[in-house]
Amino acid sequence: MTAAVQSHTRARLSDWFYRRPNHLLLLMFLPPLLWLGVVYIGSLFALLAQSFFSIDEFSGVIVYEPTLATFKQLFHPANLDIILRTVTMALVVTMASAIIAYPFAYFAARYAKGKWKAIFYLLVMLPLWSSYLVKVYSWKLILAREGIVSWLLAKLHLTWALDALLATPVIGGPSLSTSYIGTFLVFVYIWLPYMILPLQTSLERVPSNLIEASADLGGTPKQTFRHVLWPLALPGLVAGSIFTFSLTLGDYIIPQVIGSSTPFLGVAVYQQQGTAGNIPMAAAFTIVPIVIMMIYLTVAKRMGAFDAL
Amino acid sequence: MRSETGEGSVWKHVMPTIAVRFENVARHFGAVRAVDDLSLDIIEGEFFALLGPSGSGKTTCLRLIAGFDQPTAGHIEIFGETAEGVPPYRRNVNTVFQDYALFPHMNVLDNVAYGLMVKGVDRTKRHAKALDTLKLVALADYGVRRPAQLSGGQRQRVALARALVNEPKVLLLDEPLGALDLKLREQMQEELKTLQRSLGITFVFVTHDQGEALSMADRVAIFNEGRIVQVGKPEDVYERPATRFVANFVGSSNVLSPDAARQLGVGTGWASLRPERIRVLEPREQIGALELGVTATAIAVHYQGASTRINTEMAGGQMLSVATGNRTVKVGDEIRLAWPRNAVHVMAEAT
Amino acid sequence: MRSDTSEKPAWWLTSATVAALLFIHVPLLLIILYSFSLDVNFQFPPSGYTTQWYAQAWGRADLWESVWLSVKVATFATLIAILLGTLAAAALWKSTFFGKDYVSLLFILPIALPGIITGIALRSAFNIMDIPFSIWTIVLGHATFCIVVVFNNALARFRRLSGSMIEASMDLGADGFQTFRHIVLPQIGSALLAGGMLAFALSFDEVIVTIFTNGLENKTLPIWIYEQLFRPRERPITNVAAVLVMVVTFIPVLAAYYLTRDGEHIGGAGK
Repeated sequence: MTAAVQSHTRARLSDWFYRRPNHLLLLMFLPPLLWLGVVYIGSLFALLAQSFFSIDEFSGVIVYEPTLATFKQLFHPANLDIILRTVTMALVVTMASAIIAYPFAYFAARYAKGKWKAIFYLLVMLPLWSSYLVKVYSWKLILAREGIVSWLLAKLHLTWALDALLATPVIGGPSLSTSYIGTFLVFVYIWLPYMILPLQTSLERVPSNLIEASADLGGTPKQTFRHVLWPLALPGLVAGSIFTFSLTLGDYIIPQVIGSSTPFLGVAVYQQQGTAGNIPMAAAFTIVPIVIMMIYLTVAKRMGAFDAL
Repeated sequence: MRSETGEGSVWKHVMPTIAVRFENVARHFGAVRAVDDLSLDIIEGEFFALLGPSGSGKTTCLRLIAGFDQPTAGHIEIFGETAEGVPPYRRNVNTVFQDYALFPHMNVLDNVAYGLMVKGVDRTKRHAKALDTLKLVALADYGVRRPAQLSGGQRQRVALARALVNEPKVLLLDEPLGALDLKLREQMQEELKTLQRSLGITFVFVTHDQGEALSMADRVAIFNEGRIVQVGKPEDVYERPATRFVANFVGSSNVLSPDAARQLGVGTGWASLRPERIRVLEPREQIGALELGVTATAIAVHYQGASTRINTEMAGGQMLSVATGNRTVKVGDEIRLAWPRNAVHVMAEAT
Repeated sequence: MRSDTSEKPAWWLTSATVAALLFIHVPLLLIILYSFSLDVNFQFPPSGYTTQWYAQAWGRADLWESVWLSVKVATFATLIAILLGTLAAAALWKSTFFGKDYVSLLFILPIALPGIITGIALRSAFNIMDIPFSIWTIVLGHATFCIVVVFNNALARFRRLSGSMIEASMDLGADGFQTFRHIVLPQIGSALLAGGMLAFALSFDEVIVTIFTNGLENKTLPIWIYEQLFRPRERPITNVAAVLVMVVTFIPVLAAYYLTRDGEHIGGAGK
């Protein structure tokens, strides 16, 4: 095509799209929608459909007949235990992350100026994007018996404190790296940046003249925080909690690397679909976090968390 | 033969070329009628102002001419050619935007040359033409700078130059002077007027500032709630407002109800009397032969520098606002006011 | 939100911040430290320092194969993500239609739902459709959440684009395609690049979904590390591999930051 013909065609095409803008939008939107719709949602449904099937206990073969038996198995005490344990851990991790993240995000939003802004941002972004596996692995090094934590505590003559902590029922264990405390620490560590970033963004977006107005009208710093800053930054906090909660719910690697042998939800799913070959059971298990997250996401959306992402 | 400039041409007065014609144009956004049953003729070569409060439809009207919006109903012609359905890049119309919309990733010269670049004009030619246009707006040396490095007034000129480089038949300006401070605004008003005269292009500009409209335009269209309520030369619109709305929007006015007008003997129906036409009589001064006079008490006196605003109340309760150079009146004084009979304009409509 | 320059933060606030910072960074610094440690276990402090592990890692063919595979997967996934993510953001930027809320939910699910669900879902889909595992199954999984990352970045940038600039371009005679090429693309280019870099880092590091989509022969670098976690004797080499991953993901993230930061200055549209 000559240049003239090319530009002529282009012009005609442009006119056509101009008169029908919706056509253009549709054309642009279709490929990504198809991808996410077919690849992602499609395989998701395929998985969930499997939960309506069951596995023959003896032969280990999947029976393709619709049944609710697999779901009923979810309510066995052992399985309920797993679900409860995971949800509790997710809650505790979320709260701890929020508590650690808030002062940091507040400081970075309020007191970092100029180049410090950039430095703070990078200081959070880089660990966020550095390897998940590497970070989990690093904690294996840290929590090991001969690792830095023991060394530090020994130097501070606090080893007795560590032993006391490890002796606590349920969350304690033979060593840090094989106890719930260890698992908890690693979870908080890994997800902390996910909590900091949306929170910091949210805090930054609170216009400073609102803070000044509150002070002008007689509000003490505590009151200003409680009545002005906290509610306005809440969407960011909720947005961050989506990640900490959801990621803890489904994680199957961390509990295996650091923790006791009692399984978490993610581990259970992993084991079911792996060695046991019990895909229906694995699928049934995955319904739990999906349902929980759907509810969580709906609530979060209403609170405006999606705009804070 | 028609002469090049419009002014002295006989033909022009007999058969003016219509630059932009609106016939019963409507633009609805769902239930909102931004523009409703609007008809208008803008003549070639005139400096035409669209004046009105926010939301009155004047900007929508401009966008309809530019092509960023399409009418829901009605017919638009630009120099005789149908405009509905035609995209903006096919119209011989260019716009100076309210926020200037300069391309931040290009320097001034490339910004101005953009219209030529997309038409395929080669580099040397279009840069030369852009430079010429920059000379028109007195920014010839600013070609290599970026928009971020310019002041507000300079950006405005670049936007102007960019819109002129294509030699459009109609130039649209959307509240172009809104962001400038007073001195700069007055200067730009002069420059725009001079530029328009020398180029001979039809200028259509939107503003909510009535002073601006009156001083720059050849003709003004007053907008209210999606409709045009009056079109005319600035003096016509100011001295002889058609409705109460126009009387109060263009300048301020004393609007007399039909009863008050009858009482004063000035006419039947709503009447408008401009405050600056009323004068405060000296203690022994007589009312002029062609004047009407009343007595009133000064309720409030506002010193405004060039003039003083005195709000007065007459015996029957009618309020009259006076703009005068008199600086001796104090609140509570009984004063005598007078105005020429023909300063009162009886309006055609009640609204 | 900025406070008075004269206001100093409370001491407890500063200490909490510093503590959090240390908490975040010390583990990573420790890994770097350990990669130079003489010991084969996790003893602290190390008995001595050496660079022999780096030399050993250099000679490990299986390690380099994984690195190469990770690079290939990340590149493909990123390219797909940039294309589809930008298209979606461009389409969604200004439009309102029935069901738009559900669509934004759709574009958040891949990162909001736990990765194991994505992984298992994809794997069972592959099984059902009899698709053999290959580099493309890995790419398929990675691209899915990479699209979301690019989408969010692009959408944020589109929202900062001034609509009147696009109108100005069309007003001056440029049709849709020309406007995209000369005006829109230069403005969003940096955000696209940044999103792409983040997607690359995300894919390079990904292990949670990859475990399910890679089959037995294909080992990306994180998979390699994962398997090493259960082999105590190989610890030193694993440390080196960990440092390698840190470096490779560090660079794109830094680049992405500088790209989006400069964009803030450019975006002073019009006024």
